Amino acid sequence: MNTVMFAISVLLAVAMIGAAFITILAKRPATAMLAAGLVSLFASVLFLFMAAPDVAMTEAAIGSGLTTFLFFFVLGRVRGGRS
Amino acid sequence: MDWIAMGTGFTLILMGLYGALTNRNILRIIVSFTVADTGVNLVLVAVGYMHGRTAPILDEAVSAAQAVTRIIDPVPQALVLTAIVIGLGVTALMLTYAYKLYEVKGILDISKCKDLKW
Amino acid sequence: MIRRFAVFLLLLALGSIFVNLLMGYVPDSELNLTARYYAEHTAQDIGAANIVTAIVITYRGLDTLGEVTVLFLTATIIGMVLSQGQKHRALQRQLPPSGELLTTGSRLLVPLILLLGAYVFLNGHLTPGGGFQGGAIIASAALLLLLTDPLRRFSHRLISVVESVSGLVFVASGVLGILYAGGFLDSRILSTGTFGALFSAGVIPVIYSFVGLKVGAEFTSMLTNLAETEQS
Repeated sequence: MNTVMFAISVLLAVAMIGAAFITILAKRPATAMLAAGLVSLFASVLFLFMAAPDVAMTEAAIGSGLTTFLFFFVLGRVRGGRS
Repeated sequence: MDWIAMGTGFTLILMGLYGALTNRNILRIIVSFTVADTGVNLVLVAVGYMHGRTAPILDEAVSAAQAVTRIIDPVPQALVLTAIVIGLGVTALMLTYAYKLYEVKGILDISKCKDLKW
Repeated sequence: MIRRFAVFLLLLALGSIFVNLLMGYVPDSELNLTARYYAEHTAQDIGAANIVTAIVITYRGLDTLGEVTVLFLTATIIGMVLSQGQKHRALQRQLPPSGELLTTGSRLLVPLILLLGAYVFLNGHLTPGGGFQGGAIIASAALLLLLTDPLRRFSHRLISVVESVSGLVFVASGVLGILYAGGFLDSRILSTGTFGALFSAGVIPVIYSFVGLKVGAEFTSMLTNLAETEQS
């Protein structure tokens, strides 16, 4: 494993943990949902580095794409998540 | 790299659980669960990773004869493939119930749901 | 306050378990017995270039059948829960038009997205990808249509017919495996063909295509059921 890939994976890990912090701390639900989608997207790149292209594809299409849209569908229905 | 992914996965699980246990808004709880879900998948894939090997796909670069020494463990990948798809199903179900709760009671804050409290 | 303290305590305990796991983790230097079997036997027995696909469809085909069943149940429950109490919905909301760019762009992109989805699940046994990814891509085409026109209604009949037929084909080819090959969901009822060709690996491309259609139909039905809660 060369240094560039190592550096990129460290960067991805830091970005994922940062996005997860945003997810659990953000004030608005919409921000939290976008950050969760970002965690999934970075995870799919990390899967690609770990020689798992099948999993990377699934995570990018399902975990990052469809899940985020489902959240936004429901968020739009409940009028912004405020009660 | 597997160490980084595994550590990140464990951290994500802990953060997701923290968010799920401390938030009161149902939508935020579900979002936290998806973060924990991603963490579990990362850990599982990292367990199957081996240094200096390639993906379990046979082609010109990796012939069938040398597959045993060249590819990584395919079983965790098949497992995680299932886990991601089921994860979306679980998330969709949780969101549906959250929406139904909002429709019936008009609230998203679980601390205001006192029906089952005693 | 005491609640937050309990949460911290729980996470601390879990965290210490995780740290122990991480410290004690020794990466394998060789494939374990199961993985070694799959690596040695997939190419000659199944004929699929993508070993993950061979595991998902043939070696652990029963798991995939269960997974598809769980997805089907999820889609059904979502439809059932959301269909109740929708009659007394009178207020009409005027939606803003979605804009020229989105309308024209989706008209251009939807066929291409469907084509990509079909490509992904037809080549699932050769390249990364397969039924679940292809199904998600097909569902994203439906998503794009819903974004352009939130009041668009998909034919529930078509979705359920596609879903049931795909499920039936999946189970039927599994039963054919009992009759003509080694057991339930054995993919060798067709010849394994030449390694690396499109029509190879027995019945895997057929099964994975129908899994893709089924997963696409299920995701689409989830999305449309959620979308139809919009007042119309």
